[in-house]
Amino acid sequence: MAEKTVLEAIKDGLAEELERDDSVVIMGEDVGNMGGAFRATEGFLARFGERQIIDTPLAETSIVGIAIGMAVNGMRPIAEIQFADFMFPAYDQIVNEAAKFRYRSNGEFSVPMVMRTPYGAGIHGGLYHSQSIEVQLAHIPGLKVVAPSTPYDAKGLLKSSIRDPDPVMFLEHKRTYRLIKGEVPDDDYTLPIGQADVKREGSDITVLTYGLMVHFSLEAAEELAREGVSVEVIDLRSLLPLDKETVLESVKKTSKALIVYEDNLTLGYGAELSAILASEAFEYLDGPVMRVASPDIPSMPFHPAMEFEALPNPAKIAGALRQLAAY
Amino acid sequence: MPVTVTMPEVAETIVEGTIAKWLKQPGDPVERYESIAEIVTDKVTLELPSPATGIMGELLVAEGDTVTIDTPIAIIHSDVPLESPGPIAAPEPASTETPAPSPNGRAARHSPLVKRLAEEHGVDLSLIRGTGAGGRITKADVLQAAETRASTPIASSSSDGRVDPVRRAIAQRMTQSAHDIPHVWTMMEVDVTGLVAIVKTQKETFRQREGVNLTYLPFVLQAVARALRSSPEVNSSWQNDSIVLHQDINLGIAVARDKGLIVPVLRNADSLSIPDLARQANTLIEKARDDKLSPQDVQGGTFTVNNTGALGSILSMPLINPPQAAIMTTEAIVKRPVVVADDAIAVRSMMNLCLSFDHRPLDGHQAVGFLGQVKTVLEEITPETRI
Repeated sequence: MAEKTVLEAIKDGLAEELERDDSVVIMGEDVGNMGGAFRATEGFLARFGERQIIDTPLAETSIVGIAIGMAVNGMRPIAEIQFADFMFPAYDQIVNEAAKFRYRSNGEFSVPMVMRTPYGAGIHGGLYHSQSIEVQLAHIPGLKVVAPSTPYDAKGLLKSSIRDPDPVMFLEHKRTYRLIKGEVPDDDYTLPIGQADVKREGSDITVLTYGLMVHFSLEAAEELAREGVSVEVIDLRSLLPLDKETVLESVKKTSKALIVYEDNLTLGYGAELSAILASEAFEYLDGPVMRVASPDIPSMPFHPAMEFEALPNPAKIAGALRQLAAY
Repeated sequence: MPVTVTMPEVAETIVEGTIAKWLKQPGDPVERYESIAEIVTDKVTLELPSPATGIMGELLVAEGDTVTIDTPIAIIHSDVPLESPGPIAAPEPASTETPAPSPNGRAARHSPLVKRLAEEHGVDLSLIRGTGAGGRITKADVLQAAETRASTPIASSSSDGRVDPVRRAIAQRMTQSAHDIPHVWTMMEVDVTGLVAIVKTQKETFRQREGVNLTYLPFVLQAVARALRSSPEVNSSWQNDSIVLHQDINLGIAVARDKGLIVPVLRNADSLSIPDLARQANTLIEKARDDKLSPQDVQGGTFTVNNTGALGSILSMPLINPPQAAIMTTEAIVKRPVVVADDAIAVRSMMNLCLSFDHRPLDGHQAVGFLGQVKTVLEEITPETRI
């Protein structure tokens, strides 16, 4: 096995699927000639040709709308939204068409498309290149929402997403692209959508998280371990469907839960998790369910110092863990 | 200035005390160190010395009530300040004399998990000191309390709705037993026709000679003691992942009382004759019923015998009395048609022996072997057996 970055793993996964199945096509802004804003599709146009690699105009509604049409007609399109912040023009297509097609047609049609998009902050991207858009998608029944955190998970889940019969929103945290490295098998493998992964086992507190925050939480857990507190870190990997079983099993074991997400606090993914824990693990809780998230501000600040201040980080997570440990 | 008297911490493991008696009443003058109350805990009884000289004020806890340590129990109006006097101020309003409900105002609140665990383990939360934020009782506190149980209390001082220490000790020890010990249960039928006959025929002469009634109990005790000598694993304890084989054979005899079961211990039962066993068992049972057992009388048991048959039971699944490894019940003796030698059917007096044993230090091999030996000894008894 070779060590790869998240970006390399995604690139491998895309190439293997394009190779395996010629109904798989990639379409989006700059995916062809430029090789993608983050170089995820670099060299693809030359290798797979214009039929499979399609540069589009700067029009997200069209990118997703056309992908839906292709999917309904037997293709397996991968629509790339260059930055998650630009998903909103396509939101109508996603919510009103992609998510509802199967339901509306009584199962006659499905939309086997993937929408890939880089999300999240931490790269000084400012207003339009930093947003966390996962709850806007995870709130929509009919979609699947996947948010991997490691190269291995990214490749395995990407392949499952492409082969899935229904629309999958594949969220790639852009900060992890080159920051996170890990062993990735060269051969073909898939990971099931809807399964969380225990990234670190522990007995005192459970951290529920996903994306970049998995790594920050693991750092905080390491720090707490030196203080004698055993922290379990659960990488949700899939936000819709949610692997409730793993979440509840862990929290019932540790009796305390901290939810870490980069999105702003109010009505973020942690709100749903808190509600689930309150109703389904009430008699197992030995402390308040706590959240570490970004403040409710209209956008991620552009200045690096302010961005750092706004984002959750290992120190903030460790602080909350200490509070819970002492409770 | 008012001085608040609190329930003292009399020993490390003691978390509450009962006011047995107030020795001073409101209005009585008190000297510092003079006894103001008698306090009973589940271990000891002691007199509480006054922390100050002054006039006895309000009694905050009624006689017979049990409160956790550090709970305010009385006010003494002291004319001699105990500590630095501080700034001179107007007399404090009376309301400050009533104690706060709890030191942090939230001691009565427990997390859902803590409540559930306390119920599961039979732990009384009012007896636990929390180690969490603001003195909160945590999951770890409950689990620890469930593990470290107090040893059998001797004195009891029950009061209103609260469970008295004897009942609580039984509850805790039996919960611990059921929770910690992997119980295995087995039963054997014993033909006690000979035993019934000897007790019947020798009853009178025995009472005249020995001064106590002859019952089945000393025979059972003797059979158990002999069998334990040849099955030492049954006379053991599982402690810290190792087996402790006990040299002495000290038999606990379960005695039913209205206020709760108690198990006095008959020491070195294997060295005693039937008359000795009868006498000593009789003494212990009488002491138990009269509530006169000393701490020594209830300690050091290595195996327990319980005559559940006295109440008519023919089958029991007893809980082991930790740290012992086994407990045996003798069930009711009933006449039954039994197939005897040469396939004849005879009316025999039959009794079941039920044994629960701890599967950690021993296996069925030893336990059933032990029970078989008890059976053999009992079945060998005839009216002619010399006692």
